[in-house]
Formats: sequence, structure tokens, C-alpha cells
Amino acid sequence: MSGQSKISIENLTKVFYKKNSRAIALDNISISINDGEFVCLVGPSGCGKTTLLRILADLEKPSTGSYAIAPGKKTRPLQSMVFQERGVIPWLTVEENVAFGLKMRQLPKSVIKERTAYYLKKTGLDKYAALYPKELSGGMKQRVSIARAFANDPEILLMDEPFAALDEQNKFILQEELLAIWSETKKTVLFITHSIDEALLLADRILLMSARPGKIVNEIDISLPRPRTMEKVRADPEMAIYFMEIRKHLQEEVQQSRN
Amino acid sequence: MKKSPISMDPFEIEQQDWKRRQRKGRFKKGLTIASPVFILLLWEFLSRTGLIDARFFPPPTEILETFIAMGASGELFIHIGISLYRIFAGFLLGVIPGVIIGLLMGLYSPIRHFISPLVMALMPIPTLALLPIIIILFGIGDMSKIVTIAGSVFFPVVINTAAGVLNIDSIYLDVAKNYGAESKDYFFKIALPGSLPVMLEGIQMGQAIALLTIVAAEMMGATSGIGYLIWTSYKAFLLKEMFVGLILISFFGYLFSVLLRGLQKKILPWR
Repeated sequence: MSGQSKISIENLTKVFYKKNSRAIALDNISISINDGEFVCLVGPSGCGKTTLLRILADLEKPSTGSYAIAPGKKTRPLQSMVFQERGVIPWLTVEENVAFGLKMRQLPKSVIKERTAYYLKKTGLDKYAALYPKELSGGMKQRVSIARAFANDPEILLMDEPFAALDEQNKFILQEELLAIWSETKKTVLFITHSIDEALLLADRILLMSARPGKIVNEIDISLPRPRTMEKVRADPEMAIYFMEIRKHLQEEVQQSRN
Repeated sequence: MKKSPISMDPFEIEQQDWKRRQRKGRFKKGLTIASPVFILLLWEFLSRTGLIDARFFPPPTEILETFIAMGASGELFIHIGISLYRIFAGFLLGVIPGVIIGLLMGLYSPIRHFISPLVMALMPIPTLALLPIIIILFGIGDMSKIVTIAGSVFFPVVINTAAGVLNIDSIYLDVAKNYGAESKDYFFKIALPGSLPVMLEGIQMGQAIALLTIVAAEMMGATSGIGYLIWTSYKAFLLKEMFVGLILISFFGYLFSVLLRGLQKKILPWR
């Protein structure tokens, strides 16, 4: 691995302890992600992938082990998270939601205005800027969440199954929009999903996780040239093999966790 | 199986259905207006025909005459003005600390654990039962009434505000944390707006309690106000005057409820 690793996770373990239950959520995980890399973390539900993301997002602490996000410009926040659909704050308008991180960091008003307007336009939300989230569809809400994260201009982006709640058609559209915005900024992304298609379309590298205790059991480099579309992914024979490979792994994991 | 002749225009059928629904809607609105009118007419009738004792239940038209006569002398409006002043001042004195303490309780669990038992223990004590002490402390002027109302309004507001904050989906707190919110941001951008819907229910309740309290508070140790008017009229067996006071309270209760509902729509555009 090259020296310019953006995210490095070393021997990270997270256990949950309660009076009558002990669970190992993450078991000795070590990952290194390069600057500008788009990495998808795929695993069966309940394998601890969200926990890993929440640790990187500074919403939870690891039990043992360490992680580091390489700082860049001083003015930039280290990370921003794209939450699931519920993460759009209902009492703020679309514009206020997108500007949220910038406002929290108390940037000058002109900067906030300019950057918010830019990402509203990029995500096609400019017409809806003054609306409240209740008036938006699920896909539109998720655009707000994405615009909010990109507008914050962090060193890395963390995405927690952002498209899981969307219908198939909207999912395709948003995935391609995300790729378009990402290719402009080339940010380092760690993206959680349990959709294999989504991972093949988006990722430079796919990390496969096992069911609890969560471990990284395999990684696959996706060399399909960009810009990608779902058609290209479907038409590529190598991708079809990867698809089956990942699918087999997930099914085995689900079977095992049932026994 | 239900059948409609195919020859009929489907829009015409749906239009008739739509008209029927409209009529039904108008009928329901009519019912809402009709119920108080019906009660007043029934009262008038029973009282006039002597089926109920007109000395205890004077007919509404006579109460209205009394109201106009009392209004003409100007004294009535002094009582109304004084009562309204006490209600508003007491209401604000109860709501403002209620909201602030409620938000702090919702946001910071040590504060919640410290204050909750005090609220639980003090709430069941009727503020009116404390009125003698309040009068000793604050005299028989406006201040004792204002404090009594504030004490009654405080509890539903503080409880609803704290519950409103606790009700906020934790994902919004995660979002705030992830995007670098400071304490004041949690307070003003998350806790305050997020708890507002439940808080307003508490304020609505507090408004009703304020009216209940003012009458009772002015019955004891007061020399003015609507409650004083009701009490002295009753003692002098001037029941028409007493009913004027009662109906005024009922009117203001209705008016404040409507105003608060309107306010609710205004300040919660995101609901």
C-alpha cells in the first residue's frame, strides 16, 4: 500500500457489554484506505458495519485499537456523514439543512451562501430550497443529505446505506448523481451497503465483512473504468463473476448466523 | 355485484358523489355551530316556562341584558382588564421558566434526574391550597394572583417540554454532533425547535389551567377581577351578574384556545 493512506484503522475491536450480554461487534479490524479512493463495505445486516462507520464519525468509541484520518487543510473538517433518509432535520428548510455544517462551523455568511447554492444546484434542489423536508420525496431528501455532506467539504465522506430506503429507479438515478459529484471532488469515501450492484457500480475496492463478530474476510479491486453506468456493470463478464462471488459469501454468512 | 349503467358519464357519477361529500362537510360544520345555540335556546325555553327555576338559572337573554347594563357602567371592563392582566402576567411567569427548565431537563440527564423528583412531588399540590401562604408573602394585590397562576401553569409546560426534547429522534443529535454543533446549537437548533410541538400542547394545557386558577384565586382575598365579580355577585344573590362572569371566563377560554391553535400553525410550518 502506498504511503498516502487517508484512513488507517489498526486492530480495532468494539465489544458491547451489558449485564447479561456480551457481543463482539468488530473483531480486530485493520484497513487502510488511500486518498481519493471509493471503498464500499459490504456485509450481512448486523455485522457491525454501521458501528465501524459510527466510530469513524466520532459518534462511538472503539473498545481497543486505533484509527486515524489524515488531516489536510486546516479549515476542513475531518469527516462528514451522509445519514440514512431520517437524517434530514425536519424543522429546517432544504437550504438550511444543506448549510447546516457550514453554519455550525461559523463560516462567513457569503461563503455559506455560495457553497450552499452551488450544491443545491448540483443536486437539482435549487427549486426546493425554501421547502421543508416533509414536502419532499425520499429521493429528494437523500439529495439533501448528500448535498449537506459535500457542502461541508470534509477530508473524507462516510455514507451509511444512504439509498437503502429508496425504490429501485430512484436508487439508480441517485447513484449516478453521486458518482458525478464525487468525480468532481475526488473525495475519499467509505460507503456502507448491502446491495452488491451498488457496490460494484460505486467502488474502487469492495471490503467484504463476515457476520458477527465482524471481520474483513475478503477484498476485491474493481477495475471497471469510470465513468460507470449500471449498464456497463451488467454487461461486464468480470463483474458478473464478482457479483456471484459476493452473493455466495453473503448467503453463507446469513446461513451461518442462523445456525 | 353492484352495477351502474355503462351509458352514464363516469364523471357525472363522481361529481354527484363529490357533491354529497360537500353537503356532509357543511352539515358537520353546522352541527358545531348548532350545539351551543341549541343549549342556549333550550335554557331560555326551560327558564321562561318555569320548568327550571328562573331565580337560579335566569334566561340567557336576561343575562345578556345584564351584561350590557354592566358594560355601560364601565365597571365590568375594569374587572375584565385586571383579570386579563393577571392571566397574561402569570401565564408568562409560568411558561418562560417552564420552557427553559424543561429544555435543560431534556438535554442534560443529570439535571433531569435532579429536578424530576421535585416536579413529581410538587405537581400534585394544588397551587390554590398554597394561596393563604402566597397571600401572606405577596399580599392581596395582583402579585399573589400572578404567582398563583404561574405556579399552576409551570408544571404542564415543564413536563411537556422535557418530554418533547426526549422525544426527538436521536439521529438529529447524531447529525448535530457529526457536523460540529456546540452546546448552544443543540439548545437552539435541535432541542428548542424539535420539542416545540409537544411543548405547545403543554402551553395549551397551561392556558386552560390559568383560567381555572384565576377565578378561584380572585374568589379568595381579592378586591377586583372576574373571579371577584362572580363571588360577590353570588354572595349578594345577584345570579345574573354571576352568570355574566362565568360566561366571560368560558368565552376567554375558547378565544385563547383558538388563538393558540392559530399560533401553532404559524410557528410549526414544518409539521
